[in-house]
Amino acid sequence: MQWLNAVIQGVLLGGLYALLAAGLSLMFGVMRIVNLAHGVLAVLAAYLGYVMVDSFDVPWFLAVLIVVPVMALIGYVLQWGLFNRALSKGGLAPLLVAFGLAVVLTQLLQEFFTADTRSIQIGSLGTNSIQISEDIYIGVFPIVTFVVGVLVIAGVQIFLNTAPLGRAMRAASDDPDTVKLMGIDNRQVYALSTALALATVGLAGMFIGMKTQFSPTYGDLVLIFAFEAVIIGGLGSLWGTLVGGIVLGVAQAVGNQINPAYGLLIGNLVFLAILAFRPQGLLPKAVTT
Amino acid sequence: MTTAHATVTQHVKVKRATKSSWAGLGIAIPVLLVLAAAPYLVERGTQQQLVTLFSLIVLATMWNLLAGYGGMVSVGQQAYVGIGAYGLVYLADTIGLDPFVAVPLAVVIAGLLSIPISFLAFRLVGGYFAIGTWVIAEVVKQITMQIDALGAGSGLSLTSLTELSPGRRIAYVYWLSLIAVVLAVGVTYFVMRSRLGLGFTAIRDDSVAASSLGVRVTRSKRFVFVISAMGCALAGGMIAANTLRITPESIYSVNLSAFMIFMVVIGGLGSIEGPIVGAIVFFGLQQWLSDLGTWYLVIIGVLAIVITLFLPRGIWGLISGNGRIRLFPVGYRLVSPLERFALHPPSPDHADGEPDPKEPT
Repeated sequence: MQWLNAVIQGVLLGGLYALLAAGLSLMFGVMRIVNLAHGVLAVLAAYLGYVMVDSFDVPWFLAVLIVVPVMALIGYVLQWGLFNRALSKGGLAPLLVAFGLAVVLTQLLQEFFTADTRSIQIGSLGTNSIQISEDIYIGVFPIVTFVVGVLVIAGVQIFLNTAPLGRAMRAASDDPDTVKLMGIDNRQVYALSTALALATVGLAGMFIGMKTQFSPTYGDLVLIFAFEAVIIGGLGSLWGTLVGGIVLGVAQAVGNQINPAYGLLIGNLVFLAILAFRPQGLLPKAVTT
Repeated sequence: MTTAHATVTQHVKVKRATKSSWAGLGIAIPVLLVLAAAPYLVERGTQQQLVTLFSLIVLATMWNLLAGYGGMVSVGQQAYVGIGAYGLVYLADTIGLDPFVAVPLAVVIAGLLSIPISFLAFRLVGGYFAIGTWVIAEVVKQITMQIDALGAGSGLSLTSLTELSPGRRIAYVYWLSLIAVVLAVGVTYFVMRSRLGLGFTAIRDDSVAASSLGVRVTRSKRFVFVISAMGCALAGGMIAANTLRITPESIYSVNLSAFMIFMVVIGGLGSIEGPIVGAIVFFGLQQWLSDLGTWYLVIIGVLAIVITLFLPRGIWGLISGNGRIRLFPVGYRLVSPLERFALHPPSPDHADGEPDPKEPT
């Protein structure tokens, strides 16, 4: 029963990881930027939420509604201010700029909030649970996280498939030069993609802040989990990312069940095993570039 | 054909050295001699600081070998720094080897471990390669922390070196580190001058075209990956011998990768001189800004971002006039016998280790 419990917790955790990974996947898909600042941006969102809830007594759901558009705006500005410039330099520049941003933001958070751990208080939502059987309880909050994760993945996928802007994003990904000929400013498409990506990062960051204790360096773990979910699932497929997140979540939860010190290690080893034996991921898109 | 060939060889020579490289040699030898005499000239504290600088130069040179020549941005070289440091302490203290034998052995172990690791890491490219190497470094750290013989989570102290008197110990470590720097820079120089280095320049500029011309892309990359791992392990040994205490959190810290990246970006990616300049600038800023606490990394990070965007060849690119001055010439230059009569000195051709300044690489 303990094991079944661990698996259920792991699956629900997978929803959070998929939510974390959506933004990383989106930015890579549209611009081929691997945003190494992804994790620390999620932690920045968590700190924004923390300040609102803790210092200004904003209800947590209102804080979510504020943080998400703020992060989208930050994404828009970052893309115009940094990433579009870096993309025009080509080569390693986008990656190096993203890494520099990650280090600078982490240090700034350290400076303003110290290295102490924080968490966003959500009252009884954090402790309520549903009894499934005699000894299996499922927390309400993990269920909410999972449902939100699935909805965001589905929403982004539908947006990319059907909305005009989503189409422009896919077109800019396939061939930025031709997109320009069609009268679309690909830099503006990139900025809106990053805004959308950081909106999901904002949401993910808030859920992390509510779920766990975080500190400025927690972004490292967030980036690694998001990346592992993307690779386990297979590049270029958002549903694959959800599967990847679930596999990672279950591996960590089962690892924790074996020994609390093994959770992260076993998650990482499962990732390396996938990389060694099924490098295209579990649910690869037919064509990946 | 034979006559044409003969005519060409009569009039054109291939040269590798430049005036600036002879001047560089003329400066490097006295500088090295002075540095070698440092234990007789400066205090122990200064020697220890110089060892820190030397380890930074080795790390920057090795990161540049990967990224600047191989196009592989690694955020996981701290794995090998840790293996080198732990290898030294374990082999010297637990096995009982002489520390000065333990270091090269630890370096070889790191090189051997990096071969299977490369098969995993090379499944990823670009930014995902970067995070993949980071995950691998985390796994190495997490495994280290499970091994009680390596001090688990709390780390190890190097005790076998403390049998020496402090003055001798510090001087020995200093000389070893000086040799390590010369070795790291020298190996990079000769690798890049070799046929392999020429292949590398081709891979960096266009890996598909290079592959079609018979360059073994993956094999060359793996070779450099292993060399870089060994160099980072050497730096790890230097750090452990200098500080006498290692903990998993510090020796496997991703900040070491941040240091490497910032040094190379600031100094200049893709040249041999750049990482050395970058390490010296980084070390200087670290000392100068030490009162500011964590702000120093913010300032250096912002500087690295600005340099990436506006000065892609770094400080060395600025000093050398985009490659006109070479202390370590790795390329080939065609010299016509008429050159001495030319009004303008020929600009350096681009069949060498330097990227074309006009072309984004």
